[in-house]
Amino acid sequence: MSLSVNIYKQLGDFTLDVAFETDGGVLGLLGASGCGKSYTLKCIAGIERPDRGRIVLDDTVFFDSEKHIDLPPQKRQVGYLFQNYALFPNMTVRQNILCGLHHEKDKAKREAALQQMLSFLQLEPLVNHRPAQLSGGQAQRVALARILVNQPRLLMLDEPFSALDTHLRERLQLEMQELLKQFGKDVLLVTHSRDEAYHLCSRIAVMDEGRLLALQDTKKLFADPGDRRAAALTGCKNIAEARKAGEYEVEVPEWGVRFTTAQPVRDDLTAIGIRAHYFNPRSPQNKCPVSFVGGMEEPFECILEFRYPNQRPDSPSIWWRVPKDRIPTPYPAELGVAPANILLFYS
Amino acid sequence: MDWYPLWNSVRIAAISCVLVFFFGIFCAYYAAKLPRAVKGLLDVVLTLPMVLPPTVCGYFLLLLFGAKRPLGIFLAQFGIKFVMTWYGGILAASIVAFPLMYRTARGAFESFDETLAYSGQTLGLSNTYIFWHIRMPACRQGVLAGVVLAFARALGEYGATSMLIGYTPGKTATIATTVYQLWRTNDEAGAFRWVMVDVAISTVVLLFVNLLETRQKKVVRK
Repeated sequence: MSLSVNIYKQLGDFTLDVAFETDGGVLGLLGASGCGKSYTLKCIAGIERPDRGRIVLDDTVFFDSEKHIDLPPQKRQVGYLFQNYALFPNMTVRQNILCGLHHEKDKAKREAALQQMLSFLQLEPLVNHRPAQLSGGQAQRVALARILVNQPRLLMLDEPFSALDTHLRERLQLEMQELLKQFGKDVLLVTHSRDEAYHLCSRIAVMDEGRLLALQDTKKLFADPGDRRAAALTGCKNIAEARKAGEYEVEVPEWGVRFTTAQPVRDDLTAIGIRAHYFNPRSPQNKCPVSFVGGMEEPFECILEFRYPNQRPDSPSIWWRVPKDRIPTPYPAELGVAPANILLFYS
Repeated sequence: MDWYPLWNSVRIAAISCVLVFFFGIFCAYYAAKLPRAVKGLLDVVLTLPMVLPPTVCGYFLLLLFGAKRPLGIFLAQFGIKFVMTWYGGILAASIVAFPLMYRTARGAFESFDETLAYSGQTLGLSNTYIFWHIRMPACRQGVLAGVVLAFARALGEYGATSMLIGYTPGKTATIATTVYQLWRTNDEAGAFRWVMVDVAISTVVLLFVNLLETRQKKVVRK
């Protein structure tokens, strides 16, 4: 099973130009809102038409601008879970799910498939409810049921948890993980949340302003994003311009410091990044004096803002994230960071 | 009392209403998808009959379908004559009532959540099915309001009707033209009877519209 996408679309000032392939498992499209990730899904589903390019799922050509192929969405057989779940408000849960079974002409088989899906997603008690009577989590399950009974060849989830309350999200992400495993075919997941992407995706494509910045295995991407904008989207808070100072040394003029790195530095280095929780007062390496300028409290962690002595005044303060029970008192005079935790960016 | 004008008015209004319903939602559906500039122009043309005095609409209809006009002569070959016939009233009433249906339906279609149609398409539902089973039910309040308004307008049509089909008792007389004719011939009591019939029908229609609106509010609140 594999989906191959290579599309170009001009929308006013915005240009969408992406190419990627799936290779089984869950591929996340991670990006800020308006970066074109939902639009990409719409092109794959056939709801929007790219200016040029090619979209192929296994041996079925969905779209090929050169050969003038453009299959209507009805013929593409891809499951699309919309952000608002798009349940038909005039139909009951049962009727909604039956919409996904319209191709099954045999009444007994249709009923059997419906019942099986209802019990699989624990929807039996809700079968006669209307969408307006459902909670967010229930609506999501109904929408998934409607898609899964249709036996899609590919599943696309567009910000599946954004319409839900925060406390529901994590539990439903666990359920979703289980469900995606059972689905067994390729899945595309669009999200702006790095947590969601990290939880659910085996690989992640980072998108920014209509372009792919990086496409990597999830763990690898978070460990070494390679690109400063991709790093920012994976949650790296402290990013500054830097240049090579030695084979294992970088100079960060903005912060007025030099750091030792674990990886050899290439000549074309443009910036470095340090994740907020990687600073450590007990680390002997890359130890620099710091002065604390502020902080923000979260339920279980604290963000402490500090500056290096020679940091440029226009450079934003650096974030250090510490669990509350490990905040040293008084605040340390020096902070270090392990060389392996200095992320190197070349674009 | 001769009830022919009531019967004639109701059949003209009912048939126009059906025609305007299909043609109105057809135009509204496609207009909602057009580029803005074309839509603006089309809007002006399709809404013109609502703004023009009905007599002017009647005048245009006579220009087109008059016995000596090319279109009138052409249609006469098939035995169709819109001037001075009762079904000419359908044409007049439809033209005048059309913008009400078109505009209300378009408003409803424009507020329709397009992702519902998209999700129907990705599930493999045909566009026709989506239109009648998803889009129309979701927009039914607006569409229904348009139907009622169009029916009411067609029932009360006077100007274009009197221009095109005139007043022939037992043939082309409608309630509206009858009231005027009776008043003109000093039959004040007769005119008053038909006025009361018209008021009764209009009241029922308005009550029905109000009922729809309160139901709509309830749906929104839920």
